[in-house]
Amino acid sequence: MNLMTERSLEKAVGDKMNAVVNATKMKGNKVSVFYGSKQALFDVDLDIPEKMVMALIGPSGCGKSTFLRSLNRMNDTIEGCRVTGQITLDGEDIYDPKIDVVELRARVGMVFQKPNPFPKSIYENVAYGPRIHGLAKSRHELDEIVESSLRRASLFEEVKDRLQESGTGLSGGQQQRLCIARAIAVSPEVILMDEPCSALDPIATAKVEELIDELRQNYTIVIVTHSMQQAARVSQRTAMFHLGNIVEVGDTEMMFTTPKEKRTQDYITGRFG
Amino acid sequence: MSVLLVLLIVLGIGFVGFFIGRRRAGAQDAGKVKVHSRAHYHGWWVFLVSVLPAVLFIAIWSAASSIYLERSAEASLPAQTAESVVASRSLALGMVQGIADGLDRLDPAEMQNLPQSYGELRSLLGSKGVALASEGQDYMIPIAQRWHSGAAVARTIGAGIAFALAIAGLIFGLSGIHPRARARNNVERVVLWGLLAASTIAILTTVGIVFSMLFQTINFFSVVSPWNFFFGTVWDPRFADAGAGATAGQFGLIPLLAGTLYIALVAMLFAVPVGLFAAIYMAEYASPKVRSIVKPLLEILAGIPTIVYGFFALVTVGPFLRDLSAAISGGPGFIMAQSVLTAGLVMGIMLIPFVSSLSDDIITAVPGTMRDGSLGLGATRSETVKRVILPAALPGIVGALLLTASRAIGETMIVVLAAGVAARLTVNPFEAMTTITVKIVNQLTGDLEFNSPQTLVAFALGITLFFLTLAMNIFALYIVRKYREQYE
Repeated sequence: MNLMTERSLEKAVGDKMNAVVNATKMKGNKVSVFYGSKQALFDVDLDIPEKMVMALIGPSGCGKSTFLRSLNRMNDTIEGCRVTGQITLDGEDIYDPKIDVVELRARVGMVFQKPNPFPKSIYENVAYGPRIHGLAKSRHELDEIVESSLRRASLFEEVKDRLQESGTGLSGGQQQRLCIARAIAVSPEVILMDEPCSALDPIATAKVEELIDELRQNYTIVIVTHSMQQAARVSQRTAMFHLGNIVEVGDTEMMFTTPKEKRTQDYITGRFG
Repeated sequence: MSVLLVLLIVLGIGFVGFFIGRRRAGAQDAGKVKVHSRAHYHGWWVFLVSVLPAVLFIAIWSAASSIYLERSAEASLPAQTAESVVASRSLALGMVQGIADGLDRLDPAEMQNLPQSYGELRSLLGSKGVALASEGQDYMIPIAQRWHSGAAVARTIGAGIAFALAIAGLIFGLSGIHPRARARNNVERVVLWGLLAASTIAILTTVGIVFSMLFQTINFFSVVSPWNFFFGTVWDPRFADAGAGATAGQFGLIPLLAGTLYIALVAMLFAVPVGLFAAIYMAEYASPKVRSIVKPLLEILAGIPTIVYGFFALVTVGPFLRDLSAAISGGPGFIMAQSVLTAGLVMGIMLIPFVSSLSDDIITAVPGTMRDGSLGLGATRSETVKRVILPAALPGIVGALLLTASRAIGETMIVVLAAGVAARLTVNPFEAMTTITVKIVNQLTGDLEFNSPQTLVAFALGITLFFLTLAMNIFALYIVRKYREQYE
């Protein structure tokens, strides 16, 4: 408790109003992930509620990023990685051979730890996804998608005069919001965020967190974070991972005030990890 | 005393200095003072101060003394006249040197009553295994004797000074050993200078190459005007007239330059797509296991000597293309066995590993986060490669292609065998053309005198080629460096 700031506490209390858990958007059922012969996740069950922010916390190497990456099959790109068990999106098994992984990733977008804008203009960065998926029929429509995505990522006002400049020339926080805009532009249903603020300064972090809170209106968000305050500030549900297992899942506010497990309490108060 | 023996003794002194210095430094009682350098640094410092000055002295002394002896021998040669049996002064000097070197093999008794006629001396030295030219003259013997004895004196003096320097260095080095002596810094500084010298050699060699070609090129341009050389469209050096004076033939660079660029273009047209696609496959698609097999296999291609590619062009590709064209046309083939196409194709095969290996390195250098970002948006692999990876890697790839192109332009053995020697201007890739490198080989592999324009033109061609490839390499390095800064 001593770790939480007054502000996050207020927020956690405020969230109590809508602590009703929404319908399940994604569901993990006995998910195990192996890198070669090393097992990183052990039979993990986790429900991800719709239009809420779910935080995955836990010490380094606990498997939370691995679980996140298996939600849109980004693990497929890692050599020797194998996933067993079942993960569903709206009841459909995403590891079913009939599922097209390209389509899946358009529905389940991802924002990475380090801002990774393409070495293209700001406009082209956002237009990239809509272009490859053919979402815009005309140049005008594409302009609209780019503008609305940048607006939703609260970046438009800052960059509207320099859309043709390189995306790599933005500051770290702006780059990360650009990456979020890029992910939004393909209208995903779920956005996965892998420690999106770990490379940002506190001011940029605050902006991204504010943004995440707004995005929850329209998107289901899963966020991996090492910052307990961040988890408390932005999420409604939290899952605590340890050594490839889930220790505890629950409403964020409950987890941070009255954790059921001793390991969770030790971790969030900073006694191990 | 031979130079090698002197060097060995100096080295011996140096090693003695090393061991004494190390032991002294190790045994010194530092008391409360903190020892600055470890014992072996003191040892190496003593070694360096005793060996380095002595070795430098030996190098300079032997060069200077041999130049001096040669000059004085040349001065005592009789004046060159029309009746001289030996064709030139430099030839006579060479014979004198041959005799002087041969005298080393004789023992003191034989030196005492040295035969004064060239014929006898020649048979005497012949029995010792020293072969002399048959046109030697009697007057050479005393000059050679003076040369011989002068060299012996110079060597003895040189050895004495070298030993003195080595021992002085040894004493100086040993006297400098005390706990706060900065032997480590001194040794490091010598290492730095040594490394600097190594890199300077590479640069100086380049400068030397340019100058050696430059002087011959200036000689050439005193006979043939640069205008005619650079803008002439006819290449007709008239070997038969070499040495006859005014009718020196025409030396137009244009047909050779056109052939060079044309063949390089055909080679690049073949090598760039194949090499680039191979690189993309290796960098983006292949599993590590496949990559670890395919990449070395491709690089083996780079290790094949180009003359072997030349054979391949000459006996396989050329005849195959000729027969193929004959089969298509139903009559005589329209592709000649030696043609731009043959040379270009085979050179293209040679270039594939350069393109693929360089491009592969550049593509793998594109950060993995770019790939993740694109794949995470639902792009396929090929969309990722086309829209993100290649644009990001493009400057580097262009640099790699320029480096490859400069290799194509400088390539010699394949075109010698496969392109033909006919210097003509044509746009038909099925006919023979020739390149700058082929003509350099042709001009230099005759038995022509080295001062006729027919031979000197090779240097003008060489320097043109040098500047052409140099400009491309500099441009390529500039682009590659600019690209590197983008991610670092």
